[in-house]
Amino acid sequence: MPPVAESTLSVRADFPILQRRPNGRPLIYLDSAATSQKPEAVIAAIADHLREHNANVHRGVYALAQEADAAFEGARTRIAAFVNADPLTTIFTKNVTEAINLIAYSWGRANVHEGDAVLVTQAEHHANLVPWQVLCRERGATLRYLEVDEHGGLSLDALDRELERGDVRLVAFAHVSNVLGTINPIAEIAGRARAAGALTVIDGAQGVPQLPVDVAAIGADFYAWTGHKALGPTGIGVLHGRREVLERMEPFLTGGDMIASVDFDGATWGELPSKFEAGTQPIAEAVGLAAAVDYLAALGMERVREHEQALTARMLEGLAAVPGLRVVGPLDAAARGGLASFTIEGLHPHDVAELCDREGVCIRAGHHCAQPLMRCLGVGATARASIGVYNEQADIDALVHALQSARGVFGLDGSRNGAAA
Amino acid sequence: MDDLYRDYILDHYKRPRNFGELDPHDLEALEHNPLCGDELGVHILVKDDQIEDLRFHGHGCAISQAAASIASEELKGMKLAEVGELGADWMIDLLGIPVSATRRKCALLNLKVVRGAVTGDHAWPT
Repeated sequence: MPPVAESTLSVRADFPILQRRPNGRPLIYLDSAATSQKPEAVIAAIADHLREHNANVHRGVYALAQEADAAFEGARTRIAAFVNADPLTTIFTKNVTEAINLIAYSWGRANVHEGDAVLVTQAEHHANLVPWQVLCRERGATLRYLEVDEHGGLSLDALDRELERGDVRLVAFAHVSNVLGTINPIAEIAGRARAAGALTVIDGAQGVPQLPVDVAAIGADFYAWTGHKALGPTGIGVLHGRREVLERMEPFLTGGDMIASVDFDGATWGELPSKFEAGTQPIAEAVGLAAAVDYLAALGMERVREHEQALTARMLEGLAAVPGLRVVGPLDAAARGGLASFTIEGLHPHDVAELCDREGVCIRAGHHCAQPLMRCLGVGATARASIGVYNEQADIDALVHALQSARGVFGLDGSRNGAAA
Repeated sequence: MDDLYRDYILDHYKRPRNFGELDPHDLEALEHNPLCGDELGVHILVKDDQIEDLRFHGHGCAISQAAASIASEELKGMKLAEVGELGADWMIDLLGIPVSATRRKCALLNLKVVRGAVTGDHAWPT
């Protein structure tokens, strides 16, 4: 194990929910890949907006409406700047799922035809898989899968071979796998796809919360992420698109706010980004998410990454000491995000999660919305522990302790004769 | 003593009764637990309108496997008409442990499978 820098972040006190003590124990939250907890700054920003500045945005002439406008569009500017994207091509959606459906419907229906192919990886979350299955079925196109190797990595040679076939219109992949933890070489993949004339869609749900992200430098056609995993509220996602692609696309949802003008015979569409934002937008959520990215920017994303990498290394080391435990994905903390999915021989992941909860340790168990990948891994489900900025070494140690206790409850350490196998 | 993972639960989990295949069989069904993707199937042999024999197959957590194992012993010899009447309470009472809302489907999966095989009704037991 290479030496790893000790974590220098200590921000647990900024998160009100982590002050709770269920059953008199500290709350050990290790499910940030599902959703993050929220710092006081985010909670306060949302409350302040609703108390002081709430009005609908766009076209209100009174002063309060102008305050709401400034809050909403100001939030967009800050959110775009956080990942070095253009606010004009930064579209608010409900979440990553909606962002990817937007692309599949608006771009896919117009540009993917019979005989074309869409390429995804075997490791995709259902959000970046099912919309492409539906699109391909509808258009008579083929969905092909880029294989994930036994270390959770993708082969760029295999990507090249797929692209050389000349039929790939779009390549969709995760920045960081929500199951394997693998950090994919996204700029490299985007560059190769672009050279082959294919569009790229990156699911950044697990990327933005824990890595420095520079959308302009990545060079993908689309990069989507979600607020609630990045310390913000639920109900708001973000889609960054390439301007010339977005301009040629028809809208996804139609209705209020996204039009230039409407008469009885039809309508014309608004400018970017409003063309893709039909109906009243998640205004308070945008304000909350802006507060979240301000908070992360103040910590510094390089520092967040160092912190999570240090804790991940400690977690991998701790997990390796649990008998019968197998981690899926890369075993090097530098190659993965702050999460570990694992199985324990003789213990079902649900029982692992239930027994961890007894010690106040919140982890997830299940297929993590990646059922095809689970079948590739030869497992029905895994347990998954995932790290946030607020976690500390003690949380990791509590996890490892809870896992050892869980084995004891099932008599796997020989301590419980009555239940011995 | 653990409230949930009692000795008899772990015993049924580790040594499940009536697990495997049953060929030939008259009825069968296969169901998934949407929570985790676990699957459980059943083969049933019918004689004189009652369950002559049955076998479960599949994989799952301690709660779902133990529930299937415990239920299997009660289901043998039961009239098919009675199986159609079995509700969630029957299974939860039989299991004899406090099942939380999130684990309820683990406990009820076997009954869903058996009722599906016998009555064709694939709804979750209520």
